[in-house]
Amino acid sequence: MSRGDVVYRTVLTALALLLPLLLVLIAIELVANAMPAVSKFGFGFLTHSTWDPVRGEFGALPLIFGTLYSSLVALIIAVPLALGCAVFLTEFAPRWLRTPVATLIELLAAVPSVIYGLWGIFVLIPLLRDHFWPVARHVLGKLPIFSGVFYGPSVLAAGVILAVMVLPYITAVSREVLLAVPPSQREAGLALGATRWETVTTVILAVMVLPYITAVSREVLLAVPPSQREAGLALGATRWETVTTVILPYGRAGIIGAVILGLGRALGETMAVTMVIGNRHEVSASLLQPGYTIAAAIANEFSEAVSDMHLAALFMVGAVLFLITIIANTLARVLVWRVARGSAVGSTAI
Amino acid sequence: MTRTLARSLAIAAGSLLVAASAWAQGTIRLNGAGATFPNPIYSKWVLEYHTAHPTVEINYQAIGSGGGIRQFTDHTVDFGASDGPMTDAQIQAVNGNVYHLPTVLGSVVPTYNIPGVTAQLRFNGDVLAGIWLGQITKWNDSRLTALNPGVSLPDQDIVVAHRSDGSGTTYIWTDYLSKVSPDWSSRVGKGTSVNWPVGLGGQGNPGVANIVKQTPGAIGYVELIYALQNQIGYGLVQNKSGNFIQASLQSTTDAAAAAAAALDANTDFRVSITDPDGPQAYPIASFTWLLVPKQMTDMAKARALLEFVWWAVHDGERFTTDLSYAPLPRHVVDLEEQCLKSITVDGHAVLPRNYRGR
Repeated sequence: MSRGDVVYRTVLTALALLLPLLLVLIAIELVANAMPAVSKFGFGFLTHSTWDPVRGEFGALPLIFGTLYSSLVALIIAVPLALGCAVFLTEFAPRWLRTPVATLIELLAAVPSVIYGLWGIFVLIPLLRDHFWPVARHVLGKLPIFSGVFYGPSVLAAGVILAVMVLPYITAVSREVLLAVPPSQREAGLALGATRWETVTTVILAVMVLPYITAVSREVLLAVPPSQREAGLALGATRWETVTTVILPYGRAGIIGAVILGLGRALGETMAVTMVIGNRHEVSASLLQPGYTIAAAIANEFSEAVSDMHLAALFMVGAVLFLITIIANTLARVLVWRVARGSAVGSTAI
Repeated sequence: MTRTLARSLAIAAGSLLVAASAWAQGTIRLNGAGATFPNPIYSKWVLEYHTAHPTVEINYQAIGSGGGIRQFTDHTVDFGASDGPMTDAQIQAVNGNVYHLPTVLGSVVPTYNIPGVTAQLRFNGDVLAGIWLGQITKWNDSRLTALNPGVSLPDQDIVVAHRSDGSGTTYIWTDYLSKVSPDWSSRVGKGTSVNWPVGLGGQGNPGVANIVKQTPGAIGYVELIYALQNQIGYGLVQNKSGNFIQASLQSTTDAAAAAAAALDANTDFRVSITDPDGPQAYPIASFTWLLVPKQMTDMAKARALLEFVWWAVHDGERFTTDLSYAPLPRHVVDLEEQCLKSITVDGHAVLPRNYRGR
């Protein structure tokens, strides 16, 4: 190796190591500043619900719960929508429409979160309270997750806003993943007698849950007339090969990655959430009630946190959020790895 | 604390750049940080003062009262600013080396949204505490109707709104509720953030005002300035003398005058002026303070800082009304003059005994 190469390599190595180092430094900083709260509250910090800066009593359960709950609601709303968008854009939309619509959806990601917050306050909340809820209460009112009086600012509003915000991420990545499914596979599916829609659903369902897809695919495959089945086999693929080894693995890993990407965005979102969630330190299963998230609480209380314990408690929830994000990402990695073992194409999308 | 250190380094680096060029011309540069509530008037003062005295450059960063107190304690700024006074423990942390110097006054008003009700409602401490404690839950509660004869209040849920961000406004509001309600005092207490028994949190004055505006039956509290500038209606509050007072700049200054009458010459101004005596005093008001060391180390800086504060509470007060701040009453300014003249560097008074302004 020439001397230039050695220098180049050293510099690049140093730069590459800088990023993990930064991560470690952030973690150390968070934990160090959180120490007073860690030693005073210990594990109880995670299970108690009282957040009283005046008396210096801090429990983060409502914040942790609210963070996870609002993100979960966001994913429940966003994932089907985003996958629907992605499928439409890759399979059904006329060619001239694909790029403009995809660009528009991706533009959603460029809207500043404070704008989403304002939209939430002025449009979404009045809409939910005055138009959605008066109708929906007759159907949903008996469910515990829709109990209580609905004033507007709530976990529901936050979940919907977050769903809109993570939608472009999930759509864009899913679309890339679906585009990466080779044409030959689609053709194989079609050749097996599946309609265009069935082919797509098979791909998508594969992405979601393995046992489910297996059963459905089998039904689909069993319904294929013998002549067509032979046509499929003539294309060089066995039925099981087509469904289980080719269509299933494709995309699944990538789409899980897309969902986790959206989750990460939802967990850490601050401004839009705090503007619509009601900012209440309380654990409530009802979507109609106000809640709070970790990121929102830190943004709200940090600058005016006067006592050292209050500050330490905020650092400690910060560390908890850090941990949640790491766990979510690790889970995603593990899932992607397990799913993509057979064929790693989809996993390169993330 | 590393966090503060990082921030201080950033500020220091910034200051160094400017200072490097400034020192050459004998410019004195003062750094301050703290409360956001008085930021518009402080910015105005800094600008006006710099125009009149180009050799003094003041940099005020509105990072919040809590941050102001911490920066002051860490000696990373020349002066701090806070909407809530430092606690005894915090004063201990700076070895008592701090004066709380009042600059302007703020007050907080209850604002509400009851469909079909346009009358200006009357409240008292008991009712406000009852609402924020979650004990009064309907607008037609007998305690509210008793205060508002002739107003037909509906059988509607009260939706309580409060600040979600830590704020001096919350401090004033909870300080008042603590004084008028033993129940509030023991269950919640006062602070820039408290453990709210009920209600929705909105960020900043606009956040609270929006919850009130958008939610039928809502009640919240906002700074008087915010209400005036945005033409938001608000209720009357009964004071200690039994009068229902409309918050205004005048009734806010009256509150300070009434409370300040009881101050003696050695006061540290760390007084709460909520629920004061005067017949025309609005009961939910407070000083906002500059935090200045009693003993300083750099004579040139000390002189510049004290001259600026002196100018602010004298000449500077003429800018207050335009920006909707209530000016200090005369008696408080007199006491503050004594305070300023007692500040020293190495045992020497910074301002001459006969100082009357620059």
